[in-house]
Amino acid sequence: MYDVLIIGGGFSGSAIARELSKYNAKIAVLEKTEDICEGTSKANTALAHGGFDAKPGTLKAKLNVQGNKMMDKLTKDLNIPFERNGALVLCFDEKDIPKLEELKERGEKNGVPGLSIINQEELRKLEPNITDDAVAALLCESAGIICTFTLNFALAENAYENGVEFFFNTAVEGFTKKEDRWIVHTNNGDYEAKAVVNAAGVYADELHNMVSSKKHSITPRRGQYFLMDKQVGDTVKRTVFQLPTKFGKGIVVTPTVDGNLLIGPTAEDIEDKEGVDTTKEGLDEIMEKSKMTLKSFPYGSVITSFSGLRAHDEEDDFVVEEVEDAEYFFDALGIESPGLTSSPAIGLMMANLIRDKLNLQEKDNFKETREGLPLTNRMTPEEHKALIEKDSSFSKIICRCEMITEGEIVAAIHSPLGGKTLDGLKRRVRAGAGRCQGGFCSPKVIEIISRELNIPQEEVMKNNSNSKIILGRTKE
Amino acid sequence: MKEYDIVVIGGGPAGLAAAYSAKENGIDNILIIERDNILGGILNQCIHNGFGLHVFKEELTGPEYAERYANLVEEKNIEYILNSMVLSVDENKVVTVMNEEDGIFEIQAKAVILAMGCRERSRGAINIPGYRPSGVFSAGMVQRLMNMEGYIPGKEVVIFGSGDIGLIMARRMALEGAKVKAVVERKPYSSGLQRNIVQCLDDYDIPLLYQHTVSKVVGKDRMEGVVLSKVDDKKQAIPGTEEFVSCDTLLLSVGLIPENEISRDLGVKMNRKTSGPIVGENLMTNVEGVFACGNVLHVHDLVDHVTMESNIAGKKAAEYIKMNKVDTSGKKIQLIPDKGVSYLVPDHINLSTLSDDVTVRFRVTDVYEGAYVDVNFDDELAIHRKKPFLAPGEMQEIKLKKDYILEHQNTDNITFKVEAK
Ligand SMILES: Cc1cc2nc3c(=O)[nH]c(=O)nc-3n(C[C@H](O)[C@H](O)[C@H](O)COP(=O)(O)OP(=O)(O)OC[C@H]3O[C@@H](n4cnc5c(N)ncnc54)[C@H](O)[C@@H]3O)c2cc1C
Ligand SMILES: Cc1cc2nc3c(=O)[nH]c(=O)nc-3n(C[C@H](O)[C@H](O)[C@H](O)COP(=O)(O)OP(=O)(O)OC[C@H]3O[C@@H](n4cnc5c(N)ncnc54)[C@H](O)[C@@H]3O)c2cc1C
Repeated sequence: MYDVLIIGGGFSGSAIARELSKYNAKIAVLEKTEDICEGTSKANTALAHGGFDAKPGTLKAKLNVQGNKMMDKLTKDLNIPFERNGALVLCFDEKDIPKLEELKERGEKNGVPGLSIINQEELRKLEPNITDDAVAALLCESAGIICTFTLNFALAENAYENGVEFFFNTAVEGFTKKEDRWIVHTNNGDYEAKAVVNAAGVYADELHNMVSSKKHSITPRRGQYFLMDKQVGDTVKRTVFQLPTKFGKGIVVTPTVDGNLLIGPTAEDIEDKEGVDTTKEGLDEIMEKSKMTLKSFPYGSVITSFSGLRAHDEEDDFVVEEVEDAEYFFDALGIESPGLTSSPAIGLMMANLIRDKLNLQEKDNFKETREGLPLTNRMTPEEHKALIEKDSSFSKIICRCEMITEGEIVAAIHSPLGGKTLDGLKRRVRAGAGRCQGGFCSPKVIEIISRELNIPQEEVMKNNSNSKIILGRTKE
Repeated sequence: MKEYDIVVIGGGPAGLAAAYSAKENGIDNILIIERDNILGGILNQCIHNGFGLHVFKEELTGPEYAERYANLVEEKNIEYILNSMVLSVDENKVVTVMNEEDGIFEIQAKAVILAMGCRERSRGAINIPGYRPSGVFSAGMVQRLMNMEGYIPGKEVVIFGSGDIGLIMARRMALEGAKVKAVVERKPYSSGLQRNIVQCLDDYDIPLLYQHTVSKVVGKDRMEGVVLSKVDDKKQAIPGTEEFVSCDTLLLSVGLIPENEISRDLGVKMNRKTSGPIVGENLMTNVEGVFACGNVLHVHDLVDHVTMESNIAGKKAAEYIKMNKVDTSGKKIQLIPDKGVSYLVPDHINLSTLSDDVTVRFRVTDVYEGAYVDVNFDDELAIHRKKPFLAPGEMQEIKLKKDYILEHQNTDNITFKVEAK
């Protein structure tokens, strides 16, 4: 029997798992897909929000600001990239400047440091590529950009290194309460635990509703994006928002930590919880709205488009609590934006609740830091050379666009919670994430996976088990 | 640090021909650097024939053509290294290379010839909405997968883009027993060679749908099909014309982009139209002693043209080494693409370096029958050439005589345009 079973391997589940792994407890994560970071956590704007947007007094506001503050230490401990590049909210009409003031005040109420309003001239100096229509902006210095994939992996891997078990392809289908335990039914058999944590993203309402009479309802709110080539990655240095106008909520133009430019997201309520497809209307809308921010839309530089689903709960706030009428069942529900930023704080809050409930004792051998994968393009040339001395496969380029070597791919395959699929490796080491989107390297990565995992190439998947890439051999 | 007179980056047909030509022109100290494990570049995966009609006056397959050049390089004892990736070139022509044997190391060059070829545009570049299932490939990747690794990606195929690679892969997949349901082209004409439409589609009863687009990818895990739509004059999908076609594979043949990351980092100025370097008649870029040829300069449809262009780059690089610099202080005549012409290579002629006739390569913007190409030296009509058939998919060449240029030294601009009938 487990002390705690966590459902979902996104940020929420992984952050909770990591925080809980500080205690003497038997913990496991149940994830229905084949890997970590397959839900909303793989498709978002990857920002550490400052926290000026959330309504004062909400849990969202509190956890956002707290999570943002925790990012420096966390990303250092976990060895992942994070940059406080700052954010701007553009205002396109003198009349709307009071709205900037309002945002600033709201931010200050939430405890956000480093907020100021800047005029057009200062704005030009900071960001020469934005349109002349922007007349003023709110500057938020504490906002940052982060790698959404490695944050998720780092949290999960560190939890794993500290003893948390992970079960993939394990979908939770129902619960039975026995006196002292929850029995969790899955497509992979039953699991038992004293406490259950529901961190199932857009599905968290369904799981919650199985155990509680107080119902929740989550609407997937889709956001679509364009990802642009690194060539235009420095179009803006800061993350640039737009003040909402009569045309609705604006879109964001931001650099990514890896040097790309990201434009989006839209916001549309849909019904399908699997609806992560892009639509012509959505993509058109991004192009249209980006014109308000940028002097020109870098058409030729799009390398991919994608979409993600915010888990919008009708109560419009994060829910991090023990369910009132289901003792020992905990929800991390309605974790929409800023869920990434808040995840360290969500993890901490939930872990504290569970520690108190189960009376868990801190362990003395918690490993706070994670080494992570040897990523050559994050090394200095000297470090890279030293690595090559030890293992020459770190000089054999497989992914030409992102300059990813065979050594890195092999290391990722054999890492804790190792990558087994093309997408899994793309998220871990960026092989195939570049401008040709795997056109060159996919066949080679397939070959390496096949060799390292000792499976035929035909059985290497793009992501889940229905996504074969190669369907057979040619005639001889 | 090892030193070479000329370092050629890329061992495809462009790099091989440039190195060979530099050698023929008296330079011995040449190194070709290739990241793949064989010489020959993209030709190694083009196992169909049709290569070499102009250069060798016979029909060869891609690998055969590549081998001829690789043999010439061997015979002439031109040095080359394989499995070696050039990471960067700096303004002092220090070339940084990485390979498994030697790790990261530097080479000093006196002149550099850029011959890195091109890569394919991906799905993202053309914004096809839908999920991102497996089964969406670039045509060149499938060509490599099938012809070099022996795997087939799928059984029911739709091909988007009627460029040569798309056409050739339609036939290749049909030969492997796959059902090729359609080749879809947004324009009212193909961007591939006429002969490929006949030999690759007509002979295999594969339909070519003009003025259609793939308006959606259907399927979440593995592809289940595509939605095709008719397009209007602006190439936008017309609502109400959607039609679902089931398939497990979509091949994209939607354009090639010269691979100029190294060039750009070095400070080489680019032509926005070609995505390749801006060069003079000697194929030298704005960085002195750095030359470019082949697909890295602009995308070619025939390897023969690549070879001829690269011969010039090799020769000019050799002249540069022999003189130890070039004099570009003389008058510069600008070449200007006008009506119906999308780009011109070279971009200009330096009178102080002009030593031969100048072959100007270009593409037209539309399909024309029985049109003329006019070349004007300022206001004077210099060439009025009848062209029975012009299409964007077929690169054009016109030679400007050196003597004629010298007689018209006062010209500022040479303009190329299409006069439709
Ligand atoms: C468009 C968009 C933009 C965003 N931008 C930002 C941003 O810039 N900054 C920010 O801070 N936040 C942002 N967010 C929010 C952030 O991405 C989410 O809050 C966060 O990813 C939620 O993580 P999660 O772990 O709760 O959910 P998920 O990542 O969705 O994880 C839930 C996991 O549960 C699994 N699961 C579901 N049901 C079951 C089951 N029955 N059994 C087992 N496993 C199950 C799923 O497979 C999934 O892996 C954005 C979100 C969107 C959609
Ligand atoms: C898929 C395809 C099909 C074609 N089919 C035909 C046809 O049927 N008939 C015909 O006549 N023409 C055809 N062509 C056109 C013609 O073959 C090409 O235009 C020609 O091969 C281009 O030669 P290249 O040397 O410029 O480029 P490539 O052949 O692409 O060679 C470039 C070389 O540079 C190397 N390289 C790149 N970057 C680096 C680096 N940083 N370090 C080291 N090495 C590097 C690459 O590995 C490659 O070997 C085809 C082209 C393509 C792309």
